[in-house]
Amino acid sequence: MPDEASKLLVRELTVRSAAPGERALVDGVSFAVGTERVALVGESGSGKSLTARAILGLPSPPLTAVAAELRFGAIDLQDLDARAWAALRGSRLSLVLQDPRRSLNPVLTVGWQLHEALQLHGRYSRAERLERIEAMLHSAGLAPSVLSLYPQQLSGGMGQRVVLAMMLLNGPGLLIADEPTSALDVSLRDQVLELMCGLVSAHGTGLLLISHDLQQVARHCDRVLIMYRGRIVDTCPAAALPLSTHPYTRTLWSSRPNGRTYGTELPVFDPT
Amino acid sequence: MSADIAIEELHFSFNAGERPVTLFDKLKLTVGRGETFGILGPSGCGKSTLLRIIAGVQRHWSGRIRLFEHAIVPGARFKGALRCEIQMVFQDPYASLHPLHTVERALTEPLVVHGVADAGTVALERLQEVGLSAHLARRYPRELSGGQRQRVAIARALLLGPRLLLLDEPTSALDLSAQAEILNLLNRLKRSHDMTLILVSHDRGVIAHLCDRAAVMQGGRIEKILHRSELSQV
Repeated sequence: MPDEASKLLVRELTVRSAAPGERALVDGVSFAVGTERVALVGESGSGKSLTARAILGLPSPPLTAVAAELRFGAIDLQDLDARAWAALRGSRLSLVLQDPRRSLNPVLTVGWQLHEALQLHGRYSRAERLERIEAMLHSAGLAPSVLSLYPQQLSGGMGQRVVLAMMLLNGPGLLIADEPTSALDVSLRDQVLELMCGLVSAHGTGLLLISHDLQQVARHCDRVLIMYRGRIVDTCPAAALPLSTHPYTRTLWSSRPNGRTYGTELPVFDPT
Repeated sequence: MSADIAIEELHFSFNAGERPVTLFDKLKLTVGRGETFGILGPSGCGKSTLLRIIAGVQRHWSGRIRLFEHAIVPGARFKGALRCEIQMVFQDPYASLHPLHTVERALTEPLVVHGVADAGTVALERLQEVGLSAHLARRYPRELSGGQRQRVAIARALLLGPRLLLLDEPTSALDLSAQAEILNLLNRLKRSHDMTLILVSHDRGVIAHLCDRAAVMQGGRIEKILHRSELSQV
């Protein structure tokens, strides 16, 4: 729904490698995200992470990204210099990655890194920063004692909560989360997703959640975009997923094994 | 049901500095012939260590272990037939394949070591059996997707006609679509080869999909055994 309310508008986004004649890795993708939770789902290599990186202006060279339109609110994302990007990323447009241990600096305490996030994007006194940080830690389910810890002293779930707190500190308009729970134990995944979606709704932030697990994101998002080989092949409200008629969506939906699939073949998508 | 694996009074400790840390104490486990047995538990519960002991990789234990008709001696390397009869597939296929060896070389080496004639042909047959086309034989592991790499690792484990296949989190590095393909392959191989399977995973769904029986492990102890009727409720 590309209307006034949409925070992010992507139209005809294409990512390709420099080599001539190669298939585009992301091929004319269009979608919009408003104040809502949208999931971008697909298998490995479908181009979902490349889409996220292109939105954030971070296509890894030798890849190049072009779009007919790429807007965040009133800002044209294709027309930003390095300085403007630095002011935008981490404040109004935030990113959570798969492995919290790689997103945090291993030689600085959690407190140092949270203070830095606020210092870079606003003018607050030390007391104001501490107040905001403690309030955010509380809503992320963390005790203030984590401030003095180093990233390697955190468990995976705690680490991802710290990253989430850091990314939401500046009250971003949109949070992009790229497989935020894949590095976590199965039992923790729902817990972290629930926390993320709760925080995002409470702050009026839009969410673009990237994942390969359709059933899991369906429980936490409003709308789902299904991506296959660089294209968005299906879009539907999360509640309507079990009824989707698209063959690829149906395959993804039923590919999770459980006790009732014992002795049966799991569905595998065959494009022919 | 005759048992393929019988473990009794198994004791195992890690040597952590001065004081050893005991993981298994009087552990008992029996796996029947042709059974697909699951081991389920959180990180650090000892499920991979148990698999490594059965594979003969971890040899510093005490107790009694019988694999098929062989009684295993602690501290000794596997000899003779056991080296063919027990094979293992690891979690990360990239780490378990030599990065500078082509698929063909990775698959012919075990055959050459065991003096199998016509190694090249046998290797190609196995490659096709796991659903990979012959032209992939010339590729290096880095040129394959995660799912393809895990197929190569499974093909390698099948080369010497194992009676027991040990699978340590074989799909947890893969996305759901690739996981579904690998689980279908394992189900098919289970029917076509006369093998006993032990599958270690922290994903209840994977265990419930594939296994006839499963042990739930916690802190080095087997808390309970789930039978098929209980697994079907997962």
